[in-house]
Amino acid sequence: MTDKYAQLVNQGLGRNVARKLGLPQPAVLRRYKPGQPLITGPIVVQGDSAAADKLAAELLAWDLDVRRHAVPREKLGAIILVLDDVARPEDLEKPVLAAGASLRDLAPGARVLTVSRPASEADSPAAAAARQGVDGFLRSLAKELRAGATGNGILLSGDVEPTSPSALAAVRFFLSGRSAFVDGQFLTVSSTDGQLPDDFDRPLAGKVAVVTGAARGIGAEIARTLHRDGATLVLVDLPAAGDHLAAVANEVKGTALQLDISRDDAGQRIIEHAVQRHRRLDIMIHNAGITRDKLLANMDHARWSSVININIAAQLRINEALLASEHFGPAPRIVSVASTSGIAGNRGQTNYAASKGGVMGMVRATAPLLAASGGTINAVAPGFIETEMTERIPFALREIARRANSLQQGGKASDVAEAISFLASGAAGGINGEVLRVCGQNMVGA
Amino acid sequence: MSIDGQSITGPGESGVTSASGPALRRAVVVGGNRIPFARAGGSYAKSSNQDMLTAALDGLIARFGLQDERVGEVAAGAVLKHSRDFNLTREAVLGSALSAETPAYDLQQACATGLETVVGLANKIKLGQIDSAIAGGVDSASDAPVVVSEGLREVILDLNRAKTIPQRLQILSRLRPKDLAPLAPGTAEPRTGLSMGEHQALTTAQWKVSREAQDEVALNSHRNLAAAYESGFFDDLVTPYRGLARDGNLRADTSIEKLAALKPVFGRNLGADATMTAGNSTPLTDGASTVLLASDEWADARDLPKLAAVVDAEAAAVDFVHGKDGLLMAPVFAVPRLLARHNLTLADIDFFEIHEAFAATVLSTLAAWEDEEFGRTRLGLDGAFGKVDRARLNVNGSSLAAGHPFAATGGRIVATLAKLLHAKGTSDGRPARGLVSVCAAGGQGVVAILESL
Repeated sequence: MTDKYAQLVNQGLGRNVARKLGLPQPAVLRRYKPGQPLITGPIVVQGDSAAADKLAAELLAWDLDVRRHAVPREKLGAIILVLDDVARPEDLEKPVLAAGASLRDLAPGARVLTVSRPASEADSPAAAAARQGVDGFLRSLAKELRAGATGNGILLSGDVEPTSPSALAAVRFFLSGRSAFVDGQFLTVSSTDGQLPDDFDRPLAGKVAVVTGAARGIGAEIARTLHRDGATLVLVDLPAAGDHLAAVANEVKGTALQLDISRDDAGQRIIEHAVQRHRRLDIMIHNAGITRDKLLANMDHARWSSVININIAAQLRINEALLASEHFGPAPRIVSVASTSGIAGNRGQTNYAASKGGVMGMVRATAPLLAASGGTINAVAPGFIETEMTERIPFALREIARRANSLQQGGKASDVAEAISFLASGAAGGINGEVLRVCGQNMVGA
Repeated sequence: MSIDGQSITGPGESGVTSASGPALRRAVVVGGNRIPFARAGGSYAKSSNQDMLTAALDGLIARFGLQDERVGEVAAGAVLKHSRDFNLTREAVLGSALSAETPAYDLQQACATGLETVVGLANKIKLGQIDSAIAGGVDSASDAPVVVSEGLREVILDLNRAKTIPQRLQILSRLRPKDLAPLAPGTAEPRTGLSMGEHQALTTAQWKVSREAQDEVALNSHRNLAAAYESGFFDDLVTPYRGLARDGNLRADTSIEKLAALKPVFGRNLGADATMTAGNSTPLTDGASTVLLASDEWADARDLPKLAAVVDAEAAAVDFVHGKDGLLMAPVFAVPRLLARHNLTLADIDFFEIHEAFAATVLSTLAAWEDEEFGRTRLGLDGAFGKVDRARLNVNGSSLAAGHPFAATGGRIVATLAKLLHAKGTSDGRPARGLVSVCAAGGQGVVAILESL
């Protein structure tokens, strides 16, 4: 699971050779560690709206070094473009060019954020054009950033202010090392729900979380990340994976539940275990998933049905049990692992992509059902992640898949876990029915 | 009482009720964990007793969230044990996710080791000496200790004491080629030289247990265990180990025809009357098991489940050396004594867990209990002790199918029974009752009663 090429081009000779030959130069990404500063340098907040002033004031209250105008040649940690007031495409030019003048001053691992309103049919054509313009602008800018810097956007729907809990939480997430492999993405904040944590290093303190497929890979990493963030864990995997599951459970001091999630009573068993052993259930992470790749022409019943059953039908059944349970919540969270395969498609994965597309459909349709109780459901769609599974892809194919994104490297399981932990947090209550890609701005299905 | 046998009344005389007196509190079974049992030389051929016991402990810790917990005491043992493993259980605890401040001791009572750890620790909990405990057992027939000959051992010890080179040479000259052959461990009884199987073959013939009846017990064991796995019964009792997720000895597809085709391996001197085969005898097995015990308070404070109470236990031994009783018949005496102490009969028991050392052991035990003469002359009763409802016997399989890592069998049975009892629960105002019976080398046996919670 090591990217030897990335190691090579990040030291002395390798770096020089790669630069001279114009080869890809994947940077070492800035990843979150508890207690580290949120950002590596001053933040410039661009924009003239009242919202920009309010956001700058909030960031100052976090003891961050906030500028309203860049100082030439000062290394910057982040640029935040507050574009909520753009009414015509021409309005973009001033803040965008001001930001452009600062790009060369970005420190390694810096962040560029846009904060804007989503375009909708209710907008005037000019306003919709300006707002939708932010989308194209940010996605292109993200591709121009270097040295592990990323660009992402926050969309504030309705009258949600940039100082609402989830907007601020999203700003924090994108500024921090937690979002290292999230690039070129937009996240919509649709309500003022959510509550910022007392301790930003333990946002899940007091919560009980269930993680399926927790015995290894991304699931085990989700368990470690949620544990680090303060959650008490119930770890679920197949009985046959019980030895790995026990090792993870003992590492994160949770309880192991050996259970086939495709059983009809799986949801009930999960709720009973969580309530009996931990007295509550706040967070459900649907991570368990399988692949049974085959071209559709060669696909059989077993391959198709097992993937559909485990990857999506089981999640639907478990969610049904959770929604019917008085023990789920208050303000419950569900986060599902989708896949960029479900967005862009992947040859040989019709079954897998159907199941993962299904996850995204389920998330959007379940969101209103949970909103009533202050709950949310979201999905994270990983791109190329360095795991035991991707380790088995043939070398050449793996090299192509791994470099085909703006960060020119594969993500780590922890990058997926960080996004999940963020969406599972109390502060993310205003984010509901969203699919967040953790793909380094993969060229596929962008 | 003057009978040529073992009086069923103990020191406390008869009439002691199952409520153990006001000073004692209850000991409950919270749950259990074992690794799948593997045939000797199979999946765990390279695993030591310490490895397996640690794995079984870690699975239990993970299931119940006991990481860093200081458990009152852990007791376990192994029948086949290296001398280097003098502190086997404590070493396993130190290698596990439990608090390093958890005390532990080793115990050994042949095949009754596992059950006796449950009994001893439950008693400590009842007395208030500890609030929680883990009972267990482990055995490896694959990684068994190999012993050097007595001649070589004496030479090595004398060499150690020698001071001069001439002395050493003189000692070495005593060595003979035959002294260099290692001695593999055997299961022969030291006082009779007979293996356990040969002893059982004598008992089998004595009670005229048929080949067909034995094969049927074996078939049921496999079928019941396979069905229990299929239904998910073992999902919270077993944690996979070294690539094995189910007991390696389990043959879900065995049949009465396949079992009937096997040649006898014990009692072959009986000629055509030999009935005991590899199919209706337990194989040499590797494995480990654990059981979590607690007081009500301790379990409640941690929101842990309570499956069953450990009510009482009884040990017995028989004089097999002089042929008075069969080697594995001690439970025949222990069970009537234990049930009498609680004013219970076989009809009051909902689940019987009679360890299948051999199918014939179970059938000989049942035959003795059903025999009027035996009941009168040996148990001091008015007639036969009683009949075991076969539909309540080893309902989720036993050692013939699961295998029998000697010291680990008790923990397997107690955890299985506790879960069965809990699922059945109270009916007609009385808790479900289970009886465990384990025979052991040396003519011993330990039996116990559990009640549902």
